[in-house]
Amino acid sequence: MQPENRLVPTTRHRHAQSDPPLVKWTLILLAILVVGLLVIVPLVNVFYLAFADGPVAYWNNLFGDAETRHAIYLTLIVAPVAVLLNIVFGVLAAWLITRFQFPGRILLTTLIDLPFAVSPVVVGLCFMLLFGLQGYFGLWLREHHIKIVFAWPALVLVTAFVTFPFVARELVPVMEALGPDEEIAAVSLGANGWQVFWRVTVPNIKWGLLYGIILCNARAMGEFGAVHVVSGHISGQTDTMPLRVEKLFQEYKNPASFALASLLTSLALVTLFIKIWLQRQTQHDLAEAAKPIDEGV
Amino acid sequence: MSITVNHITKRFGKFVALDDVSLEVPNGQLTALLGPSGSGKTTLLRIIAGLESPDTGTIKHHDEDVTDRSPKDRNVGFVFQHYALFRHMSVFDNVAFGMQIRRLPKDQIRDRVMELLRLVRLEGLERRRPAQLSGGQRQRVALARALAVQPKVLLLDEPFGALDAKVRQELRQWLRRLHDEIHLTSVFVTHDQEEAFEVADRVVVMRAGRIEQEGSPQEVFEQPATPFVMDFLGQVNVFHGRVEGGRAMIGNLVLAYPEYAAAESRPAAVYVRPHELELAESPDGTSSVRARVLHINPTGAMTRVQLLAEEFDFMIHVDTNHERCSELQLKPGSHVYIVPKRLRVFLPDYSI
Repeated sequence: MQPENRLVPTTRHRHAQSDPPLVKWTLILLAILVVGLLVIVPLVNVFYLAFADGPVAYWNNLFGDAETRHAIYLTLIVAPVAVLLNIVFGVLAAWLITRFQFPGRILLTTLIDLPFAVSPVVVGLCFMLLFGLQGYFGLWLREHHIKIVFAWPALVLVTAFVTFPFVARELVPVMEALGPDEEIAAVSLGANGWQVFWRVTVPNIKWGLLYGIILCNARAMGEFGAVHVVSGHISGQTDTMPLRVEKLFQEYKNPASFALASLLTSLALVTLFIKIWLQRQTQHDLAEAAKPIDEGV
Repeated sequence: MSITVNHITKRFGKFVALDDVSLEVPNGQLTALLGPSGSGKTTLLRIIAGLESPDTGTIKHHDEDVTDRSPKDRNVGFVFQHYALFRHMSVFDNVAFGMQIRRLPKDQIRDRVMELLRLVRLEGLERRRPAQLSGGQRQRVALARALAVQPKVLLLDEPFGALDAKVRQELRQWLRRLHDEIHLTSVFVTHDQEEAFEVADRVVVMRAGRIEQEGSPQEVFEQPATPFVMDFLGQVNVFHGRVEGGRAMIGNLVLAYPEYAAAESRPAAVYVRPHELELAESPDGTSSVRARVLHINPTGAMTRVQLLAEEFDFMIHVDTNHERCSELQLKPGSHVYIVPKRLRVFLPDYSI
């Protein structure tokens, strides 16, 4: 056993502070198994099946097919526009909630989480009930020749709704933690609203905002349920990437379907890496703030 | 520039922060708003700054009504308790902020920033970020930033509250010297009586949204208008007794109190400061109290003695000098007589 004169905790003491090795390793292996089975294996499989016919076929599947090309193009328009809308609304909502007291504030905070709680298909359905041809505003829209459902505006609106919480939820705790002091100081020095926002608020929230944007974008690009309902599934016109993947899969065009799916998956991986990089940046900022301070007054 | 506060009332929901407060802040002087938390001092300061608007009443800067003006248009400099420095800007950009907002020419900004940094003794640190400064340095940057736009009035909200004791002391003296140099009308909020007395020309004692008393530090200390003021400023012993025909009576103790000459006997609270009590070996007629020494604290310039007046079962604090202590050979358990030299009597409902 341990020699008496060494200051090493005995095996008994070590166990009191941490789990026995058996438990530790069982849990780790279990976690690896779950992540492996449910996440890694399917992802690798996607790429494997995408390249099943070779890289040339892969390329043709993606960019040789006009409808697939259009789907990629549509997603690359719908998602960023939805994200942009949500940046504006998210910042506004976070600002309102964290800097003002008003009746209904708690209600607003709860409503922000609503899109998470509602099934995307239900969102699509409600949208149809409002803006559809037989919907509440349907007649009015038709009379004014405004196309919403079965066209890209519907896609944008519905995607924006479903991904709304990401930016707001990211910003609210950040702005709460920052507090209004710096903004009040800027006002006391003569800054107007815009100046306070651009010079003081935005630099302080930029990492949280970026993080929210990344998440929002990833979700927007992958949105299926709500878009499926309101798009009408018109190939070459209203199919976004996820919808196109489904359509190709239904038509038994597996390599094509998986090729497009691999594109979406790559996007997820890129998102992941950007997220890690962002976290590194915030750590870096925190480390800067914790640097040793000068002695003296 | 003088400030006139006229009948200001401010409520936050049901809570009355300020209740019909009126005040004159003289030009060029350093005035302290002193009081416990919740007394309304910070609210009053923010209303003067324009960061809050009052429910009723007006604020005048040198006869100009500024009640409806924004902070920018009032030309005030504000220093926050927790500095509120812009964390993503350098010291230079922090101090230059107000001038950049006003779109002053770059070289003018640069000159003024360097001049201010020299004034606050921080030259050479302009590239640093607030996170890389000590608390005292941050507060000086905050001060330079407030002074950068050449305000007519400087307002400070518990400016040294977030610093530790030694740094607080040094900055206090430094602020006083700065004020002597630039003579800017200044108002600062504090709950620390010592700080108010050391720094300010005038002290305004506040409680529960009202002004209890204002005057020079000497005035408010020596002639407190209310029991609260006397109790809040420095230590005090409180006895409950009666006044009648020129005398104050606390139990068997009878003391001369010519300020109350009426024959009618009234209950009274008698306030005596620890240094206004003397210790004696033998009794002085009916105007002394026998007490047992509990504890002797030889701190600082005076020795603080804690005694128990056995007859009343009452604790009394006496401040005396070290020589007197050794003369009487005081130690815990010894018995002495306490003779009040000066007392202040407050009658419920009105004070004398």
